[in-house]
Amino acid sequence: MPWLLVVPAVLGMAFLVLPLAGLLVRAPWSTLPWRLSEPQVLEALRLSLVTASMATAVCLVLGVPLAWLLARTDFPGRRLLRALVTVPLVLPPVVGGVALLLVLGRRGLIGQWLESAFGFSLPFTTAGVVVAEAFVAMPFLVIAVEGALRAADVRYEEAAATLGASRFTVFRRVTLPLVAPGVLAGAVLCWARALGEFGATITFAGNFPGRTQTMPLAVYLALETEPEAAIVLSLVLLAVSVVILVALRDRWVGAAA
Amino acid sequence: MLKRLSLIAAVASMFAVAACGSSSTESGLTVFAAASLTETFTELGKRFEAAHPGTKVTFNFGSSSTLAQQIVQGAPAGVFAAASPATMKTVADAGLAGTPTVFVQNKLEIAVPPDNPAEVENLKDLTDPRVKVALCAEQVPCGAAAAKALGAAGLTVTPVTLEQDVKATLTKVELGEVDAALVYKTDVIASGGKVTGIPFPEADQAVNDYPIATLKDAPDLARRFVELVLSQQGRDVLTKAGFEAP
Repeated sequence: MPWLLVVPAVLGMAFLVLPLAGLLVRAPWSTLPWRLSEPQVLEALRLSLVTASMATAVCLVLGVPLAWLLARTDFPGRRLLRALVTVPLVLPPVVGGVALLLVLGRRGLIGQWLESAFGFSLPFTTAGVVVAEAFVAMPFLVIAVEGALRAADVRYEEAAATLGASRFTVFRRVTLPLVAPGVLAGAVLCWARALGEFGATITFAGNFPGRTQTMPLAVYLALETEPEAAIVLSLVLLAVSVVILVALRDRWVGAAA
Repeated sequence: MLKRLSLIAAVASMFAVAACGSSSTESGLTVFAAASLTETFTELGKRFEAAHPGTKVTFNFGSSSTLAQQIVQGAPAGVFAAASPATMKTVADAGLAGTPTVFVQNKLEIAVPPDNPAEVENLKDLTDPRVKVALCAEQVPCGAAAAKALGAAGLTVTPVTLEQDVKATLTKVELGEVDAALVYKTDVIASGGKVTGIPFPEADQAVNDYPIATLKDAPDLARRFVELVLSQQGRDVLTKAGFEAP
């Protein structure tokens, strides 16, 4: 056995799993069914699943082409752009939320124009939650897809091009099927990150039950007065995400990897 | 040899991480205080250090309920100053606090952007559906106070957001994202003109008491810090910031 690898691996595993075990041990199992049937819990869960899925859709539509641009084209400032794309990864999400307010808020650079032209403002709406989640989660997708694109063999694309396919056709018929596992892996990461998003959401979209209160926000506020309720909510979020992630892995990602 | 060394290094770094958690604070004092006390207690901390050379006062400012949870979970604190009796009770029920004393009170005001775009004048104006209102969530003291004041006035307000603490609520007004919010008078003063405060009579029905107490096994410095807060000097600093004497 390569102990030098196994020992830190086991320690790493314990470090990641023990806090979850803590949640399970301290969970108020007797009141669990009653708490789960509370409408606010179901509402927050539904909102979390819907917004995380919509955010992932937005990330796919915008992020895959962005990854293609970064991996397959060359233009001045590409490296800088690549670095900028990853900014939301290092930015504290609360700061991301403030930044979104400054741009898309009612008095923001673009937001004030949205408000005067359409009488529409993003903060405090479900659409605002999707925007906040997409902002934080998109880098995960872009990095995963860009990595897959760089690893893919460009000769297939070149062959398609020599046979007369346009660049978009090549992308659609050759590149995309080639990197599909990478796109799916990225989408799963992106969805998971969106599901757990807290800071940018509460800052940009606020907190209102049924409209912008996602599970992480409900957990945070429950912690203020009812730590037990917070544990239950965390468990629900955990269980749902683990079930969905395991199901997805088995069906797509695992099969392809 | 090299392998063994790196393993030792890995194990040593684990212990180093573990040791970070328990830093000694015997020569100093750690004060856990409600976020709304940030400016005043920082000022009082400086005066305390000047009066007791060689001591170091460290603050942990945050939501009172979060601080209470941290103390109950064993955070090393000497003094706890809370924004509500309920949060102090959490700590007292765990047998961790001395007898609390109410040292100040805080009142709500309506905060509006300086240009007051929705022309809010009183509490009733907040019930207008065209006025975007931010309130604190009822789980935190400022939200409980807001609910009490609105209840006393017999008004129902549908806010666009229920914020996690009073500073977050204030920020939404400062950025102009909402037309009005209910925050403490002290927060309006601390914003330094970025929001305008409108007092309203129903606020008297929802006055927030701030209790302070020394905690279990606290150094003698803790008692002396509480004395400073309760002294005339302490009161002057606090009332200047908009707090009221109990």
